Amino acid sequence: MTRETTANARLSVDGWVTVVALLIGAFYATLTAARTEDPVMSVHAYIFAGAFILGLFGIIKAYYDNSECLADQPAGAETTIRYNLDIVKAGVIASVFWGIAGFLAGDTIAFQLAYPDLNFDASFFNFGRLRPLHTSAVIFAFGGNVLIATSFYVVQRTCKARLPGTLAPWFVFWGYQLFIVIAATGYLMGATQGKEYAEPEWYADLWLTIVWVVYLFVFLGTLWKRQEPHIYVANWFYLAFIATIAMLHIINNLAVPVSWTSSKSYVLFAGVQDALTQWWYGHNAVGFFLTAGFLAIMYYFVPKRAGRPVYSYRLSIVHFWSLIFMYIWAGPHHLHYTALPDWAQTLGMTFSIMLWMPSWGGMINGLMTLSGAWDKLRTDPVLRMLVVSVAFYGMSTFEGPVMSIKAVNSLSHYTDWTVGHVHSGALGWVAYVSFGALYCLVPWLWNRTQLYSLKLVSYHFWISTFGILLYITSMWVSGILQGLMWRAYNDLGFLEYSFVETVEAMNPFYWIRAIGGAFFVVGSLIMAYNLWRTARGDLRVESRSLAPEAVPNPVAAA
Amino acid sequence: MDYSEVSHFSQTWGLVYLVVMFLGGVIYALWPKNKDKFDHAAHIPLEDD
Repeated sequence: MTRETTANARLSVDGWVTVVALLIGAFYATLTAARTEDPVMSVHAYIFAGAFILGLFGIIKAYYDNSECLADQPAGAETTIRYNLDIVKAGVIASVFWGIAGFLAGDTIAFQLAYPDLNFDASFFNFGRLRPLHTSAVIFAFGGNVLIATSFYVVQRTCKARLPGTLAPWFVFWGYQLFIVIAATGYLMGATQGKEYAEPEWYADLWLTIVWVVYLFVFLGTLWKRQEPHIYVANWFYLAFIATIAMLHIINNLAVPVSWTSSKSYVLFAGVQDALTQWWYGHNAVGFFLTAGFLAIMYYFVPKRAGRPVYSYRLSIVHFWSLIFMYIWAGPHHLHYTALPDWAQTLGMTFSIMLWMPSWGGMINGLMTLSGAWDKLRTDPVLRMLVVSVAFYGMSTFEGPVMSIKAVNSLSHYTDWTVGHVHSGALGWVAYVSFGALYCLVPWLWNRTQLYSLKLVSYHFWISTFGILLYITSMWVSGILQGLMWRAYNDLGFLEYSFVETVEAMNPFYWIRAIGGAFFVVGSLIMAYNLWRTARGDLRVESRSLAPEAVPNPVAAA
Repeated sequence: MDYSEVSHFSQTWGLVYLVVMFLGGVIYALWPKNKDKFDHAAHIPLEDD
């Protein structure tokens, strides 16, 4: 650390803005903590106040340590671009942490369904509270951190420009972690606005809006500064993800709080309008968070790992524009046979079926990128993980449109088939493409020639894949069985089965699913160990010849 | 503008709008002049700067 360079020891504009905002925030949060009579709001106000004060402390410490994170362009910037990679490292660590937490929460509720006594009669451990904890942890905490980390890496690399600002990227990272903590603790205390995948209450939503707008500006700022004239296709997908999520989040969460010191709010919409807004949001959380964002990962990491350019850049353009223009209309398929006008249901179904084309166009583009390099699948388990994720993407985007057809939906809706479908996409596609990206990123970021062990990657791959197969096959059987039992009538026109009989029939499949989930958790623990040893710089002696890994630029990787 | 007028408009002109946007995207992707630009862009992730 060079003490003589005093240029660093100065707060930039966004630094000062952050300091002032944190001071005001800490004051307001403390005031709220003192005034509120709502126990949930009280806990959350203290968490907010504590986080803001910690943030201030962090900035003061960085200032006196003359830390590089306060410098807009660190020393040596004249010759090479000094990418901001510390923020990506933080995102990678957070992704692994939240990933394991979210998978564990999911497997816990899977065992609760198989053996309900595991609720332990404790309100905070109840299925109804742990379920949103699981979904938010895996989608927003794990997936969100993967997207923030990879987007900050990819946009810098493909634009050949450093992220703008000094504290702004860190505000995005830590602000997002704070949102996760507020959301998760809120669920455990029973605070929810009852909208699936949008459960956090109004103040958490407002906080996320601020964080997300800064994220958008940091991303756009990098595009603005770019030295590469063309904006690479992955950045288009990232930008669509960030901008659309901002729009969806703000509109679906329009609500009026009971008071400024209450954790409870009432949603602005009512009845079928509320339902349609919710599923417009909900399905596009799938379309833009879990699809567009992770397709961006595919378009950067698959070519990079395979060492070949994307199969067809033209196809990627048609893929992008058709995907984003169609996905936004597919939401009504969640409301078949409801009070939603019939034509709107048909519209949602039709757009879902049309989505086959861009989805499979994208899948083919990802898979065909390997043409001429298929042999690498044999030697490189990381590439295998990435390719299998694309195959799962193709499978679940085939299944989804089938389930959106009204006749099929009348059987599949509200059953475990939906749960199985979601997890073939979530575990097979989203998690696998994320794991592949993490396995690529850790050696690049920590300047290691290769991973600690490719054999462990192979173990992770096979153990997790076995787990996923147990999960989705058991849920197919369970879901179709459930749907058929619900609609079975006897000769006199009465229902053949009582509800509890259908629940009883599910039980063996719940056990299989929970065991499959446990395999997936074990796989993720193996990954965490492997990545940790890689970051430490260890290398496991292995007999088989290993695929050398690309280190993009050890010099610039500061 | 009542409900039926809005739904009629969206069910007819919505189709025209989406087809035009789609054709625009396809024409942009296939336009011969853009070929070099796209070929270069496809190699961006592979460049070691």
